[in-house]
Amino acid sequence: MTAKLEMVGLVKEYGDLRVLDGVDVCVASGELVSLVGASGCGKSTLLAVAAGLVPATSGAVLLDGHPVAGPGPDRGLVFQSYTLYPWRTVRENVAFGLELQKLGKPEIRARVDRYLEVMGLTAFADALPRALSGGMKQRVAIARALATGPEVLLLDEPFGALDSQTRSLMQEFLLDVWRETGTTILFVTHDVEEAVFLSERIYVLSSHPGRVVEEIQVPFERHRTREVLTDPRCHELVAHVRDRLHVWAAQAVVATDEVA
Amino acid sequence: MTAVTAAEMTATAGPADGAAVRPARPALARRAWRSFWTLRDPISGRLRWTLMVLSAATPLAAWVILSGTGAVDSLFLPTPVSVGRAGGELISSGALLGDVTATMTRVGIGFGLVVLISVPLGLAIGSFASVRALFEPMIGLLRYMPAPAFIPLLIIWLGLGESSKIALLVIGTVFFNTLMSADAARAVPRELIDASYTLGASRWKVMRKVVLPHSLPGLIDAMRVNIAATFNLVVVAELIAAQEGLGYRITRAQRFLQTDQIFFVLIVIGLIGLAIDLSFRGTRNLVAPWAR
Repeated sequence: MTAKLEMVGLVKEYGDLRVLDGVDVCVASGELVSLVGASGCGKSTLLAVAAGLVPATSGAVLLDGHPVAGPGPDRGLVFQSYTLYPWRTVRENVAFGLELQKLGKPEIRARVDRYLEVMGLTAFADALPRALSGGMKQRVAIARALATGPEVLLLDEPFGALDSQTRSLMQEFLLDVWRETGTTILFVTHDVEEAVFLSERIYVLSSHPGRVVEEIQVPFERHRTREVLTDPRCHELVAHVRDRLHVWAAQAVVATDEVA
Repeated sequence: MTAVTAAEMTATAGPADGAAVRPARPALARRAWRSFWTLRDPISGRLRWTLMVLSAATPLAAWVILSGTGAVDSLFLPTPVSVGRAGGELISSGALLGDVTATMTRVGIGFGLVVLISVPLGLAIGSFASVRALFEPMIGLLRYMPAPAFIPLLIIWLGLGESSKIALLVIGTVFFNTLMSADAARAVPRELIDASYTLGASRWKVMRKVVLPHSLPGLIDAMRVNIAATFNLVVVAELIAAQEGLGYRITRAQRFLQTDQIFFVLIVIGLIGLAIDLSFRGTRNLVAPWAR
């Protein structure tokens, strides 16, 4: 297994505030890895650094061994908030990145059609985003990020704003898409169960500053169903990670109270 | 819990029973009155139409009665008939067409310049903190200076011709429109811009393909608000020195005590304003139906 995305000794400071304190994360080609942490662990910052949107104070982000500078379509990013272009139809949203690559119209059309089909969006191709539910909007965002053929897909709590039923559907859906496309995925979440259900490996992050405190190999095979959630090993794992996060979550609550 | 609800129900049922005994008309009026004051709720179509007709018919009726009965001297308040006659004369002599053309040309050129300056500047201020720091303090100061106070200066600088009038329109509108355009650009969510970068967009592409289309309805709204100010100012500019224009027509009519002409021109100004407003709304719905 070769490392597709690597973060080495990543430090990020905002003024005197150290958000990330020497984070090492490695995602192998075709792997689905999660980063879990309580609020304030800098997980969104970490993803923004990986995407190239925010420069690291020190340390490096390597893609296939080469350092990345700045954002690019080789690392697709999906946010928790809906970031579709409201004036573009679903089809035009998915086509945005491809238009920027100056591909021919027929090629764009073919690629967009393919991802619309993979994401189950074909029936909504000509709808405007405002006509879509939250889950559908996130599907479009994922399709848009995948259409440019990224080396890595970075997902920043993409299902965080969805209701719990939609969220679990979207999780299964993401696993389907991942198996079908073979894309490398780095998934950030605060939902431990989500991390365990989706990933092959989990990095647990501490808060204030963010640091990797544990790396966990998830003992389930790639082709999994929701049934793994009833597996005792799953319960054990979830309880263990929650336990580790608990101390920082409590700190975060106290810190917020002090600010208020 | 259930007991309370039942008690409430009998309590409200009491007066309602009493109302049913009375004739239907007061009950209807009372219902209309109550729905008149429902906060944010839509009102019935019938009530809406009644109120809209009332709002136009009441002043019109007051005008007809006050001028027609001679309660107010016709010099101060001409009758609708004499206003219509004065309008007919202005139209048939071609004077109205000339005035409207002159005024609309000034508004067109003046507001065209305002858009050319304020839209790019506003988008830049809303998008780049540096441009914002460069322009915003100065514009914030300038916009509170009343434009008509610049008239003496403008006449000294540019003379009595068209350029001083156009300059007045630009000074009076450009700063507001710039700041409102900047607000429209600033309303583009940061994450939408970031997502565009990760899809491979350059800064220029983000401006052109994300910031501009996202701001478009806001830009048109700003124009819709601010062209009203331009339209106000053009009449002010024409009151001072002009040979043609709707403002000029009013000053001239005043000199000859032709209040009926003044009334007619005011109505024309109101109608043109309404037409401009509706056309901007139409444009907004046409070019940005997603933001309706």
